[in-house]
Amino acid sequence: MTEFYRSYLAVAVLILAAIGMVGFMLGLGRLIRPVRAQEQKYIPYEAGSDPTGTFGQSNVRYYVFALLFVIFDVEAVFIFPWAVNLESLGWFGLVEMTIFVVVLTLGLVYAWRKGVLRWA
Amino acid sequence: MIAAAPIATPAVDLWAIAPIIALVATGVGLVLIRALLRRNQAVTPVCFSVAVVGLLVAAGLLARQWHRVRDDGPIVSLADMVRVDPFAVFLGIVIVAATLAGLLLAYAYLRREDLEAPEYFALLLLSAAGMLMMTTANDLVVVFVALEVLSIPLYVLVAFDRRRLRSQEAGLKYFVLGAFSSAVFLYGIALVYGATGTTSLSGIATFLAGNTLFEQTTLLVGLGLLLVGLGFKVAAVPFHMWTPDVYQGAPTPVTAFMAAATKAAAFAAVLRIVLTAFPQYRDDWRPILWVLAALSMLVGAVAALVQNDVKRTLAYSSIAHAGYILMGVYAASSRGREAALLYLLVYAFMAIGAFAVVMIAAPGPDDAKHSYDDYRGLAVRRPVLGGLLIFFVLAQAGVPLTSGFVGKLELFGSVAQAGETSDYVLLVIGVLSAVIAFAFYLRIAWTLVTAPDDDTAVAAAYSTRPRRVDGWTGIVLAGAAALTLVVGVLPGTFIHFARDAVFF
Amino acid sequence: MNARDILDYLGIIPLLPLAGAVILLLAGRRIGEPRAGWLATGMMALAFLGSVVALFALLSLPADGRLQVNQVFTWIPAGTFSVGMGTQADPLSVTWLLLVTGVGLCIHLYSIAYMHGDPLFSRFFAYLNLFAASMLILVVADNLLMTFLGWEGVGLCSYLLISFWYRRNDAATAGKKAFVTNRVGDVGFLLAMFLIIATYGTLEYTAMAPAAEIISAGTATAIALLLMVGAMGKSAQLPLHLWLTDAMEGPTPVSALIHAATMVTAGVFLMCRAYPFLEVSHDASVVIMWIGAITALLAGTVAVVQPDIKRALAYSTISQLGYMFLAIGVGGYEAAVFMVLCHAFYKGCLFLGAGSVIHGNGDNQDMRIMGRYRKFLPVTAFAMVIAWLAIAGIPPFAGFWAKDEILVEAYAHGDYGVWIVGTVAALLTAVYMTRLIFLTFFGNARYEAADAAPAVPVVSGGSDEGDPADADGHDGDEDPFEDHPTVVFGEPPRPSRLHGHRPHESPVLMLVPILVLAGLSAVGGLLNLPFGKLDFLHQFLEPVFEGAKGVKATTAQKLTAEGLSVLMALIGVSIALLVYRRGLRSPDRDPLVDRLRPVSTLTGNAYYWDAGVTRFVGGPGERGASWLNRVFDARIIDGAVNGTAWLFQWAGRAASRVQDGYVRRYALGILLGTVAVLGFVLLWAGR
Repeated sequence: MTEFYRSYLAVAVLILAAIGMVGFMLGLGRLIRPVRAQEQKYIPYEAGSDPTGTFGQSNVRYYVFALLFVIFDVEAVFIFPWAVNLESLGWFGLVEMTIFVVVLTLGLVYAWRKGVLRWA
Repeated sequence: MIAAAPIATPAVDLWAIAPIIALVATGVGLVLIRALLRRNQAVTPVCFSVAVVGLLVAAGLLARQWHRVRDDGPIVSLADMVRVDPFAVFLGIVIVAATLAGLLLAYAYLRREDLEAPEYFALLLLSAAGMLMMTTANDLVVVFVALEVLSIPLYVLVAFDRRRLRSQEAGLKYFVLGAFSSAVFLYGIALVYGATGTTSLSGIATFLAGNTLFEQTTLLVGLGLLLVGLGFKVAAVPFHMWTPDVYQGAPTPVTAFMAAATKAAAFAAVLRIVLTAFPQYRDDWRPILWVLAALSMLVGAVAALVQNDVKRTLAYSSIAHAGYILMGVYAASSRGREAALLYLLVYAFMAIGAFAVVMIAAPGPDDAKHSYDDYRGLAVRRPVLGGLLIFFVLAQAGVPLTSGFVGKLELFGSVAQAGETSDYVLLVIGVLSAVIAFAFYLRIAWTLVTAPDDDTAVAAAYSTRPRRVDGWTGIVLAGAAALTLVVGVLPGTFIHFARDAVFF
Repeated sequence: MNARDILDYLGIIPLLPLAGAVILLLAGRRIGEPRAGWLATGMMALAFLGSVVALFALLSLPADGRLQVNQVFTWIPAGTFSVGMGTQADPLSVTWLLLVTGVGLCIHLYSIAYMHGDPLFSRFFAYLNLFAASMLILVVADNLLMTFLGWEGVGLCSYLLISFWYRRNDAATAGKKAFVTNRVGDVGFLLAMFLIIATYGTLEYTAMAPAAEIISAGTATAIALLLMVGAMGKSAQLPLHLWLTDAMEGPTPVSALIHAATMVTAGVFLMCRAYPFLEVSHDASVVIMWIGAITALLAGTVAVVQPDIKRALAYSTISQLGYMFLAIGVGGYEAAVFMVLCHAFYKGCLFLGAGSVIHGNGDNQDMRIMGRYRKFLPVTAFAMVIAWLAIAGIPPFAGFWAKDEILVEAYAHGDYGVWIVGTVAALLTAVYMTRLIFLTFFGNARYEAADAAPAVPVVSGGSDEGDPADADGHDGDEDPFEDHPTVVFGEPPRPSRLHGHRPHESPVLMLVPILVLAGLSAVGGLLNLPFGKLDFLHQFLEPVFEGAKGVKATTAQKLTAEGLSVLMALIGVSIALLVYRRGLRSPDRDPLVDRLRPVSTLTGNAYYWDAGVTRFVGGPGERGASWLNRVFDARIIDGAVNGTAWLFQWAGRAASRVQDGYVRRYALGILLGTVAVLGFVLLWAGR
């Protein structure tokens, strides 16, 4: 095995550790929690409406919200490192970021005008 | 407070990416216009005009670039990630022309099918921008970004006819399989990066030229995965299976656009990656391309024989054509590159022309009836339209005096030039495929000229009022036919054009 | 803009009629009669104007610099070999340009009146324009392939025009025959081109002379003879002449334009372009010379006894073309070109005149029931008499100078055999032309006798346009000859179709071109008088045939040859006058035919060559073909083809069974493909 592959050993260890950790936590919970079966506890949303029949597992509208969220999430990922280095990037960086933000905002404006954000 | 380490910003030559900027700006602008003029009746014509103007600006910029890069050498910019050379500009011109066709064809189509036009225009332009980026990409990461930028709008465009189940299904299939292939491609990039320490195509070439790898497996697996990812986009067998369903299901203007432009962009990446980055490994990737080309030519032609749907037949034919073009890549010579470029150009117009006729000729309201029975006797009922379809399919078959003949001749010639046994075997397979393909092209032509024999089944075809050809579609048809004919009769100029464009 | 710049635009000349053809094919019906005809004629007039400009531009250059090649663009680049699209302006091409556009213009004009009322009027002009465009492409080309393009174009147009009245069975068959026979010649042309590419690799004309120097004499002979095969097809030389007489089924202006004045001279043009090979190859020259001489003689003997006015003229054309090839064979290229020009004038005039006669007497082409028409068609008669004197070789009309130059060349060249044959053919020419003129215009009027049983009178003197739709129109009028206008040898005289009317003169529009051409036949000799510096055409063309070993005839030789040929012409005219001075006693008794039996039966049937070919093709040929069809084609070829088709159908079904529409299956396909690729790189690649 080459040095190159050996360096991936750490990744494998990490994966194993992650799986082990999750297994450990869930197993521990199972062991120590009390189990009193009630019918109410076996429906998907104890507090919400029953997701069967005409209602889907989740409203399709959530999908659009999630997309919009992801857009701004990604924006944030870009903006943080940019902000740290704004000084060295200068005006050029400012203009670039402005364009980026404007384009993303445009997407929001479009979604808004299409009526995506209206609840009902 | 951490002291910010200064970041070296790369020099940006805006001139190099000006066509891409033009397309993106137009696409984004269309979204804005759509948002502002939401309920206004004029929104479609306004957006259409803006889109056409944007495309023409991009075309003009490309034309300027063509002269500059041909005479003064390529423009390399953005930290060596973008490389504008004659090759890129040539394919850029093909892509922009195909986009224009996709746009013009859609104008009447979208109204007829009652679909949202501005969104269509915006998505089309954004996809085209991704394709232009693909042609100029000199870095695997840029190739990947371009791949995504061109694909994501395409997924939506394929499913654009929301009310038609076939279209939805096609969009979903394309999306799922496309995501799958993108992942494979990305994995390939990672492995190549792991092996060479760079994602720049010229950087990889330099590295491989200067160093002998102690262990090649990582690199070769990476290369193999890159080819798989791109093989999916060019619809090479065995990564072709989405093609018939998607081409058939997608709105016909989108199909035309995909057949012409997506193919050009994907082949740009194939050619650039294997020839720029991996020339040392040509003995390793050429057999893969040999098999892909041979399988594509055979499976595409053979499967097309038994189809009952004209649009689907044309989809299979596009698989076979991908195989022909792969022969040019396989040749791995400047002659082969020239032939592949020329073929991409001529195929774009043959495909657009054929699909444009299909778009008009299908009876019924919702772009769904494309069976041979629906087309029976078209050339008798509507001589011009039917005649054009016959012309385009004969061109695809490679009948002399059409561009298809010239293109095939060049491709076969480029393979024959190498002159090894395996080359000749591929050549024989290619000719065999062309012969088989003749059968189904002639079947289409025959269907068009024969009168229907079963009255009841086809009475509908006669009873429905023939759809008239709108002006924009007329322009596309005339342009495609003219080019197909001119290249066939006077190939000289275009061969020189392609010959000038082989330089990376 | 100097002269050379102007000559660079020579390519525009063919584009003008081409544009006319395209417009008329697309919108001809809407343009309608007579505007379609005027449009086509206008295009020809412009082309003629262009040719005149080209002539003056060429003349302004020094005599040895009159060559301007313009490579417009590369047509087919294929590695080291490439073919361009270009034009070559030199005295030869400009001469032909003037001929094609000038005579073409006359015939276009004539056709406006002649085709009046035809339902396909505009299409006729579209074809005429297309023909002119092809012929001009053929002429201005700077390489063989482009000439071949025009060559095929004129072949196509001649097919379209011969079978223009396509509902007549005879016309359709004749068109097919012309096309097939021409294809036989084309094989020779193609082989010659392949041979040229194989030996020295370029098809350009300017490369011919240097190439002829270096290639072997055997190769030069092969190239020259293969080109001659092509020329034989197009210029109706023995043994490929048989299509030309059948081609008379087409409208008469077509016979004049294509089958007398221009298209049939394409072979002469080709041989003039290929003269360097002939200069190198003596053998080829001898073959060509004898083909020409024998054609001239035999076709002349056939023409003497034909009863049909157009067929007689057709055989006369073949004979005259024989003279041109004779001239080429003896190295008299300028003489051949001179003959082409003069022949175009007088044969054009004769054909148009014949058209006028046919038009004026109810579509009748049988000379035996004509006679004394000078009373009814005085202008046509006047013009045709001039043309007659010209073709018969009576000085000072054009034909004398042209024919005599050829005979002088042959004599001076020392080829006494062909000279004698040529001189005898000159006698025959005088005989058959005198016979034709006297049977038509002089002697006794026989149409009334033939009209003895008058049928129902038809208004307007018969359907002179020979229009098939019209023929369908009055079915009650039983006329068995309506669909068979051509009278073959041995057929009894036909009833007149005048139905009690008199023959009438044609409209002015038809007479003007006839008179113009008659005038040219009278004075055409001025182009090239064999005295001192008066041989303008000779001087003009000389630079083209640089290095041709022409023989300068001495005055004594000239006098001998010329004197003898004038004598022959006079004897011929006298013989015919003696026989036909008073016309025919009865339409069914032709004295010359009767007296010369059985020779006249042989020659009248054109030596049974046509019938023999037909019988062979229809008999053993067809049986062989049907055997091939039955056994070889049906069993073996079709069996293999159907088997293959079945195999691929099966494979296709199998392939589409995999394509079942499930995404998971598709993904699996991609996965398997990926695994295969990876398997390949892991196991095999990099070794």
